[in-house]
Amino acid sequence: MAKASVDARTKGGFSFDLYQRNEMLLKKGLQLPKFRKTGTTIVGLVFQDGVILGADTRATEGPIVADKNCEKIHYIAPNIYCCGAGTAADTEAVTDMISSQLQLHRYATGRESRVVTALTLLKSHLFGYQGHVSAALVLGGVDVTGPHLHTVYPHGSADTLPFATMGSGSLAAMAVFESKFREGLTKDEGIKLVSEAICSGIFNDLGSGSNVDVCVITKGQTEYLRNHQLPNPRTYTSTRGYNFTKGHTEVLTTKVTPLKSKKQAAEVDAMEE
Amino acid sequence: MALRGDWVYENNGGTCVAIAGSDYCVIAADTRLSVGYSIYTRDYSKICKLADKCVLATSGFQGDMKALQKNLAARHLIYQHQHNKQMGCPVMAQHLSNTLYYKRFFPYYTFNILGGLDSDGKGCVFTYDAVGSYERVGYSAQGTGAGLIIPVLDNQLKSPSPLLLPAKDAVTPLSEVEAVDLLKDVFASATERDIYTGDKVEIVVINASGIRQELMELRKD
Repeated sequence: MAKASVDARTKGGFSFDLYQRNEMLLKKGLQLPKFRKTGTTIVGLVFQDGVILGADTRATEGPIVADKNCEKIHYIAPNIYCCGAGTAADTEAVTDMISSQLQLHRYATGRESRVVTALTLLKSHLFGYQGHVSAALVLGGVDVTGPHLHTVYPHGSADTLPFATMGSGSLAAMAVFESKFREGLTKDEGIKLVSEAICSGIFNDLGSGSNVDVCVITKGQTEYLRNHQLPNPRTYTSTRGYNFTKGHTEVLTTKVTPLKSKKQAAEVDAMEE
Repeated sequence: MALRGDWVYENNGGTCVAIAGSDYCVIAADTRLSVGYSIYTRDYSKICKLADKCVLATSGFQGDMKALQKNLAARHLIYQHQHNKQMGCPVMAQHLSNTLYYKRFFPYYTFNILGGLDSDGKGCVFTYDAVGSYERVGYSAQGTGAGLIIPVLDNQLKSPSPLLLPAKDAVTPLSEVEAVDLLKDVFASATERDIYTGDKVEIVVINASGIRQELMELRKD
């Protein structure tokens, strides 16, 4: 057979093979599928013993709430967590990937992961995708060098900050932080301030809502307070209940297809253990 | 989100619902006014009393809603001077349709529901599109939460088409209390999933004894 037996070694970088096809499709009026964005409020702050991260729990698809109680604080390492805003699939995928890479790194080095390692991995990944991976992250953790808090932007830049907010509700949350933050908060004060900032996002930003998730990271211990506050209970439930009687929804056609009777299986000996 | 320099409209969100009964009509609308991802106010009435037994609920662009309400109220006053009586609900319905179509080529960006009692004292609900196409129905919903509410009302109320012969009664067999309970539950549900619906719901009930109003709290997130 005169077939090329070895494929050309895959080179790094982008593949533009589908460029012409995509252009043709766009000209024909193809709508690219919409991504689910989390329309979020995420925050982080450094307090006297470590860092505290906070997030709301609403995921939106345009004007509709797709998930009323999703988890936006992602695990990266036992001492490092990351809040994600932007496209839900992107934040999920990128944090899972870096978390796996860090675990392999821990096995290789025999040491606890450092926040700057996660930061560098995230930055270089996002930069490589030139902003197409729409993940805006608040990365926080405590390692041997101390507590760290960073924001990472979709194009791959990052900042190091004492307090940070991201997402559509970031302005509402930042207003609270700018007014009430000070260095050296205690754990309870920090949790209270983070909750207040997230609540500000929840009530004033339409893209954020439902509950408050908090994650407290200190040297040697992490507390993940899932649904720390539930300030939005349903206001009314009908006691009458709903009746879905037949005939309320018109049935236009009915077709019943009986399943074929199963053929008898031939007697076989069981596999030996 | 004006992408063109000449885009003059804005969608302020919100949901309106109305149900017609044998001797009552309930109209409800949430009270949130929003733009983009922000809230302008949590306390904005989208319901306007046009006549004694006739109430209009509007969702869409509230600037146009205010202008439309003013227009209708003024024309109603003229009608009263000319005919020495209030406009009945079906009369107002036709009038609203004409007013909307008058601006066919620069429309009012409004999605209206007109509710009230007809001359027999039966509940009536008229539902409109932005340029005046209207229909008398047993129930309706308009606005950002309409897509979430109408399927539930279709299942629970099942209004027959007005085109059926012999003519079937469009009103629901539910009592006034049951209809208000259904409305409250349906609004609470729409609030869970639509970001533009919430804060409070204003419920107006029209029956033979007059017009009654009540407010119910909704989720504020």
